[in-house]
Amino acid sequence: MRIVVDLNRCLGYAQCAFLAPDVFRLNGEEALMYDPNPDDAKRVRVLRAAAACPVQAIAVDRLDETKGATSS
Amino acid sequence: MNRATAIADLVAAFKRDGQIVIVGASLAGLRAAEALRNSGFTGRLTIVGDEPYEPYDRPPLSKQVLKGWVPADHTALPRLRAVDAEWRLGAAATRLDRASRQVELANGDQIPYDRLLIATGTRARPWPNPEEGALDGIFALRTRDDAAKVQARLAAGPKRVLIVGAGFIGSEMASVCCELGIPVTLVERGSAPLVSALGGVIGAIAAEIQREHGVDLRTGISVAALEGDRSKHVRRARLSDGSVVEADLVIASLGSIRNTEWLEGAGLAAGFWGVGCDAGCRAFDINGVVTDTIFVAGDVARFPHVLYDYQFITLEHWDNAVLGAEVAAHNMVSLESDRWAHLPLPAFWSAQFGISIKSVGVCPFGDEIVFTQGSVKERRFAAAYGRRGRIVAAVTFNHAKWLMYYAAQIERSGPFPPPPPGFDKPEDLKPVSAQFPGLRPHTGIPDVVLTGHDPTERGAEFLAPSR
Repeated sequence: MRIVVDLNRCLGYAQCAFLAPDVFRLNGEEALMYDPNPDDAKRVRVLRAAAACPVQAIAVDRLDETKGATSS
Repeated sequence: MNRATAIADLVAAFKRDGQIVIVGASLAGLRAAEALRNSGFTGRLTIVGDEPYEPYDRPPLSKQVLKGWVPADHTALPRLRAVDAEWRLGAAATRLDRASRQVELANGDQIPYDRLLIATGTRARPWPNPEEGALDGIFALRTRDDAAKVQARLAAGPKRVLIVGAGFIGSEMASVCCELGIPVTLVERGSAPLVSALGGVIGAIAAEIQREHGVDLRTGISVAALEGDRSKHVRRARLSDGSVVEADLVIASLGSIRNTEWLEGAGLAAGFWGVGCDAGCRAFDINGVVTDTIFVAGDVARFPHVLYDYQFITLEHWDNAVLGAEVAAHNMVSLESDRWAHLPLPAFWSAQFGISIKSVGVCPFGDEIVFTQGSVKERRFAAAYGRRGRIVAAVTFNHAKWLMYYAAQIERSGPFPPPPPGFDKPEDLKPVSAQFPGLRPHTGIPDVVLTGHDPTERGAEFLAPSR
């Protein structure tokens, strides 16, 4: 799956890092690092993390499958 | 049929059957495509990209990717909706013919358009000496492929990394080297890291932080020469102060070059400064007259900002790409009465040495700075930039939750120094010079001449650049 965090919006509340620590990590007090394309097996936890974000900074793929872009 | 209905029919027909080409398949190009579909555009949509990859996010490249946590190809951007576009990836646009409304690709294909969005962004400035630049072990960082190569070299355990240029990306890469335990020398020709974006006062703090983490930081210094061994692998750098740094991996972080070469001869206000456009993202032609069919978004767009004396600015920031793409897409399918303005409050972030650095406004537009909250010693503070009694920007180090307060002040042209937002005041609330370096001499500007006298012939021409 694919995600992107709007890091202008992110304030380092770290709710995501508690809910999906293998996808979201804080580097220091409030600098967030994350895996933009986590394994699909982590989907439920990533969705929970996105829902729990107090500033709603986590955008998740809204396509069921992302094969839309192919070279031509 | 009355006039209003006739016009509405024309708009509806364009949204149904029009042909839109987006040149640039990165963040701005993708978000513009999504916004076009959201606006009800069902016509033919083509997205052209020079890289063979679908849109990916660049900020992770200099951080979690280089660190080895996230593979470079795990950065694809999420899709906010289906775009139903024809993707032309791996072939750069090489020419724009405005008379026939066609974009030519490197493979010779011609793609016709009714509306065109230019979102070609920037590329990394290459090492200036081509012979030295051809040595093995010298890299720049801009693309996914760059990041994959540099990450592999870092993982192989170089003896010492030399990074040239202590802007945000150079400093972030130095931070990664420290986290990986790799000795790193960071050379900056300015007086401090981050100095051109944040000024000398903040730059001095950044320098302290870097040295505390073990970066061998050399400021006011440039690289005189890079030398390789017999197998053409880089081995050392001779610096302008006569010293020598032994390094087997060199990363040039020399800033960016805007991708406008493909627009040469198209008669647009395009050059090394970007592509000039109005605040509605409509491109200017070479005379500074706005076009109706060509739009610009992202790093390459140069637009006037009302908050900064209508000065033309380019913003190589993530949210400028997102917001500019949305405005450009909307205006591409709207009439004059319905147009939006791209008036973002500029904002960016960086993460380095365990510190989140965030900013709003345009810091170099200010000439004074005042620390307003927190503690510099604890590396947790907010500072505001001012000009003529007005707040124009703010920066925070590990203090992001207060940034919105300053953003609101800047948008309202609030006073400088700003009123304290609450508790947590530093002892010294006196503004000092922000210490921005003077403007650098411009290079590579094509000579421009005005021609004709009669209003029907008056115009401008670029002379051939003297290369």
